Amino acid sequence: MMRDTAVGNEMVTKPKQSSELKRRLIKNRALYQMILPGFLFFVIFKYIPMGGLFIALQDYQPYLGILNSPWVGFEHFERLFTEPMFFTILRNTLLLFLMNLLFYFPIPIILALMLNEVRRDAFKRIVQTIVYIPHFMSWVIIVSISFVMLSMDRGIINELLVLMGLEKVNFLMSNEWFRPMYVLQIIWREAGWGTIIYLAAMAAIDPGLYEAARIDGANRFRQIWHITLPSIRSVIMVLLILKIGDVLELGFEHIYLLLNSMNREVAEIFDTYVYTAGLRQGQFSYSTAVGFFKSVVGLILVMGANWLSKKAGEEGIY
Amino acid sequence: MVQDKTLGSRIFDAVNYSLLVIIALVTFLPFIHVIAGSFTTVGELAQKQFVIIPTVWSLDAYKYIFSTNTIMKSMGVSIGVTIFGTLFSMVLTALMAYGLSRRDLDGRRGIMFMVVFTMLFSGGMIPSFLVVKELGLIDSLAALIVPTAINAFNLIIMRNFFQNLPDGLEESAKMDGCSDWGILLRIVIPLSMPAIATISLFYAVTYWNTYMTAILYLNDAAKWPVQVILRQIVILASGLAADTSGMDDFVRPPEQTVKMAVIVVATVPILLVYPFLQKHFAKGALLGSIKG
Repeated sequence: MMRDTAVGNEMVTKPKQSSELKRRLIKNRALYQMILPGFLFFVIFKYIPMGGLFIALQDYQPYLGILNSPWVGFEHFERLFTEPMFFTILRNTLLLFLMNLLFYFPIPIILALMLNEVRRDAFKRIVQTIVYIPHFMSWVIIVSISFVMLSMDRGIINELLVLMGLEKVNFLMSNEWFRPMYVLQIIWREAGWGTIIYLAAMAAIDPGLYEAARIDGANRFRQIWHITLPSIRSVIMVLLILKIGDVLELGFEHIYLLLNSMNREVAEIFDTYVYTAGLRQGQFSYSTAVGFFKSVVGLILVMGANWLSKKAGEEGIY
Repeated sequence: MVQDKTLGSRIFDAVNYSLLVIIALVTFLPFIHVIAGSFTTVGELAQKQFVIIPTVWSLDAYKYIFSTNTIMKSMGVSIGVTIFGTLFSMVLTALMAYGLSRRDLDGRRGIMFMVVFTMLFSGGMIPSFLVVKELGLIDSLAALIVPTAINAFNLIIMRNFFQNLPDGLEESAKMDGCSDWGILLRIVIPLSMPAIATISLFYAVTYWNTYMTAILYLNDAAKWPVQVILRQIVILASGLAADTSGMDDFVRPPEQTVKMAVIVVATVPILLVYPFLQKHFAKGALLGSIKG
């Protein structure tokens, strides 16, 4: 407010403006003191690493540092695009994303629709309480529980398969089972939590609409189809767009925990590749280039998705 | 609301309720299975295909866990990191959020943009690692806290909360000669306890679940938090992962019951705070998703 009035006054001369600013800075110095530690955090741990992306153009040697390491231009990017592994990673990323979109994305919507039809509040709350729990467990716990249950050695799932007269399946070491396992674990951990936003949107629907529909003889499915779903359309759109912007964020922790020498062919993604090449093998510059490529594509996707969302007449995400 | 009592509607309800019960069971049974399994013997697990209530109760797995140095030490690390991390994060987040909530502050928009941009773009794993290394934080427990001290999402939720406090509070305090620090500490913080509790729980769960920063920044197995040890015991011991560093303590693969007990020990703290979590988190998630 203060700034507006100062600028609005045409008679204010430049020196006077800067002294005005100085006065405000001094007056608010306590607020700047409060912001300072956090500001330093963002500079040191977020912005200096962004500057550190320059090592993607170097042949970075830890003992030479960023200032003395030789510059090599786009050599590492060229290597990335000619590496056969690059296409494997790209394929894995896209396939996992598509499976995520097809098999995970609709589930919270369906679950929210089901919960929304429940009229007994106590029942609804109990179910919600239970299905939210896995969201708070770390991926280590989710994957560990899956491993204990899927193990060849006394894992409950394999024991059940034997009981039904089927053969044991080595879920954890197989290429075919990696993707379903990945998606099922996401569903287990996030489906319940994912209903929250939909349920909030559904709570805002005017109950009169349902009554009118009932008088017109609409059954429950028709009520869902013609009232509930159209009412949450824009929420679904926004979340869908957010998801598309997140194509490359498949979850380093989750995948890294599932990754082993037997399923690397289908499980390796950009993040795990960066980790292995960079921190395990010490190829700092090359792995930074890979990470940089991922970050830029990610940023373009988020902005593109946001643009699309606004274009479609929906609210943007920022 | 008028209840719909047609036959079709009743069938719909019956099917819907049954499906929801099944979904809740499927979600929760794995936890029950693991908890039950941890309280029985290996022999019992081998005989009974599905243990929900064991016929033979045993604390052997827990006795074994509490006798090993590695697991107990990692629990200590996790508890310490959770307590100190939550405090540190909360102080930094609340201070910055309050500063940014004041509309008369010059540069506020610039700093906010700076914060939001980090949610869209990052330097990535390797440059971050190099910064942590240059600061000499590798192999120190501070590496689990300092590099992830502020979560931009939590900061924005906190700032929105402060912003929605009535402006009159600050103005009247100022007239009484209260400084900005005084306003924050004596008026704003006491009024914001629900929000602070929520965000603290957010941070505490994140710190308890810390895994990635530990494998990035800690080579010294003696400092690993419980999540890393859990992975060593359950996932690596299945002989699956290529990376077997730090496996020396578990030459013999641990028994299924021991694996289950370690999972329980790593899970219980979350389940204990879960009632509080559930109460506040849904609100937090909504706030963030709308305004983030």
